[in-house]
Amino acid sequence: MNIKIIAIMALLAPSFAFAEAAHNHNHLGESNLFPYHSFTLETDYGKDKSNWDLDGWAGGDYQKLWVKSEGNVENGKLSDANLWALYSRNIATFWDAQIGLRYDPKIQAHQRESSYVAFGINGLAPFFFETEAYGLLRDDGLFSIHLKQENDILITNRLVLSPSLALNINSRSDEEYQIGSGLSDAEAKLMLRYEFTREFAPYVEYSYERKFGKTAKLYDAIAEPISSNGFRLGIRFKF
Amino acid sequence: MKIMKFAKLLLAFGFALPMIAHAETKEYNLVIARQNVTINGVTSNKITINNTLPGPVLRFKDGDEAIVHVTNNMNEDTSVHWHGLIVPGNMDGAPGFNGTMPIKPNETFTYKFPIKQSGTYWYHSHTLGQEQEGLYAGIIIDPKEEQIKSDREYVILLSDYKHESAKQTLQHLKSSSDYYQYHRKTIVDYLKDAKERGFGAASKTSLEWGKMRMLPTDLSDVTGYDFLINGMTPNQNWTGIYKKGEKIRLRFINASAMSMYDVRIPGLKMTIVQADGQDVEPVQVDEFRFGNAETYDVIVEPKDDKPYTITAEPIDRTGFAIGTLATSLGQVGEKPVARPRALLTMSDMNMELMMKDDPNMDMSNIPPSGWANSNAPEGTRILEYSDLRALNPQTDLREPTRDIVVRLGGNMERYIWTMDGHVFDPKRGFKVDFNERVRLTYINETMMAHPIHLHGMFVQLENGQDMDKMPSKHTVIVPPGQTLSVLLTANNPGDWPFHCHLFFHMASGMMTQISVAQPDTPKETIPMMDMPKMNHGGHNEH
Repeated sequence: MNIKIIAIMALLAPSFAFAEAAHNHNHLGESNLFPYHSFTLETDYGKDKSNWDLDGWAGGDYQKLWVKSEGNVENGKLSDANLWALYSRNIATFWDAQIGLRYDPKIQAHQRESSYVAFGINGLAPFFFETEAYGLLRDDGLFSIHLKQENDILITNRLVLSPSLALNINSRSDEEYQIGSGLSDAEAKLMLRYEFTREFAPYVEYSYERKFGKTAKLYDAIAEPISSNGFRLGIRFKF
Repeated sequence: MKIMKFAKLLLAFGFALPMIAHAETKEYNLVIARQNVTINGVTSNKITINNTLPGPVLRFKDGDEAIVHVTNNMNEDTSVHWHGLIVPGNMDGAPGFNGTMPIKPNETFTYKFPIKQSGTYWYHSHTLGQEQEGLYAGIIIDPKEEQIKSDREYVILLSDYKHESAKQTLQHLKSSSDYYQYHRKTIVDYLKDAKERGFGAASKTSLEWGKMRMLPTDLSDVTGYDFLINGMTPNQNWTGIYKKGEKIRLRFINASAMSMYDVRIPGLKMTIVQADGQDVEPVQVDEFRFGNAETYDVIVEPKDDKPYTITAEPIDRTGFAIGTLATSLGQVGEKPVARPRALLTMSDMNMELMMKDDPNMDMSNIPPSGWANSNAPEGTRILEYSDLRALNPQTDLREPTRDIVVRLGGNMERYIWTMDGHVFDPKRGFKVDFNERVRLTYINETMMAHPIHLHGMFVQLENGQDMDKMPSKHTVIVPPGQTLSVLLTANNPGDWPFHCHLFFHMASGMMTQISVAQPDTPKETIPMMDMPKMNHGGHNEH
């Protein structure tokens, strides 16, 4: 797996090198490969489950290295995680096209170690919907689509209600790992945060997650719940 | 042999003497350093010139030979640009242009140029974020004979001071272009709007803006500034002393990086006598909108023995720069009350782009420009560009031979700003012949006003006045969505920076250049400017 990441990074490197040519004009702008960055880290703590969600980039105006990671900790132990590394290129005013890798390590016995080629778009749709749409090609050929939208509703300029919806669709089933073809699962969240600063915002979040269709049946078969919901407290950091 | 040499020498001197006789040499030493500066109780590392922020006002007289030794005591490169002064390219202080090199740490560079103009100007760094961090100050050039009568005069230099570094500010803007926007519309605003205008109208407006992914509240990109007059906060209250019945000349300089102001002195009429250092026919106003890098000279005549508050309110209404005119120190005038913030409207959008975007757009009931709305009380006389008439008739009255269209654009979401469709690229720019007469048409495709500055030459603003009465300017505000044009006589050869003077717009790409060809024929139909030789001065010393 590591070799794959290195290989892809090596492929991406030249395009970065050409990206932002330095000039001797010495204005403040872009002086190196990664002049700017923006990362959002949400860490929240539920009753017996906590998780993290990292999303952000480092780079210039037109080319960025985009990183994502999500993971859950259950009863004090890491239960699952994923890590994405994407090359991101501005293709339209509000949109970036992205390509890269995602890696899910095998943390528990029943999990599969998976790596994916990920590609898609990330940007801002009309009416300020933060939008991402990715195609994911797993190492064994399973293809899935991941979609997510998020919006900010300002109650005040610091108190922000942020609904989001994410869903996953699969090309075929992988019954060993409870993945059914078609729409497999969706998660709706409602986050209410208070931005003391842009960098530091505590929040409460309600989330509802549910499996659908064949996936739901697979979960039923092993007597696992097909839906879950709960409140969590968290802190959003930006850096 | 010896005698011959002496004779030659005499001859040479005799030839040179008349020129030396009236060219006084005025010499200054400026030492640029980073120091801890405390403003409103917070100490941060900023830039000083001769230990002050802003630096010392430099005073010259028309006809002087200016010699300014600039010593860089910082650990970073620097430069000094003489904003509005017509100087040869290698003395313009914009590194990367006209072969100009930055002044390296621990180096002294000597700027040397003849002064061939008069009025109020300023100087600032053209390197990194130094212009935001303290490297700015005023310049006064007295004419050979002063026509503007006043009993006393003061420089009123406005600046926007920020505790964080310019680099941090740019990082914040790039990470999120609305990082500093704490006046975005909320649900509460929407409900208020709905109550006033009905749910239909409120929703329509809200959806229109949402569809475009733009904010009607985006008046200025950077907020959280302390606004200073001559380096002093409103509490420190910079005070200019006057005696009842005197004529006072105030030389306003907007040295702010990102802030435009509405300037007024409640109780006093201001007579504008100069704009950008150039004499204009006196026009009496209550208030003027003050773009970045512009200067205005005004005459006020207080008739009463009382303190008057010099009030410069930034257009986003996030504070005040305040000073006082008083008959003795320690007096405080009336405190101004913040005016409401304006909201941008559909009129602040570029119509051409809007029609392209949505040809079926409902163009009826388009409200007046929000940007131009200063929320001044009814009857307030506010200066308009069309009021400005050159006092001394323009000398070049040729019709322009061609139009150069300069599109001001960008991607607000990514905080990328462009001129002519591109971020700054030293290989790009506009080329004009020496002494060519061209029209520059600025088309603002964005929803922000851009103060566009050309180095090296003045432009004549096409403000509806006859050509001989058009005012000369070095910086022109192009309002949101609007088109505005200026005329240029390209009589200063070189590659001249041409950029938005909102500092972070320039830093994010809103800059290009106008290259004026070297004169190939010595005699032109129009008297060309008396250009000093390019090798006149300026040398690096260690």
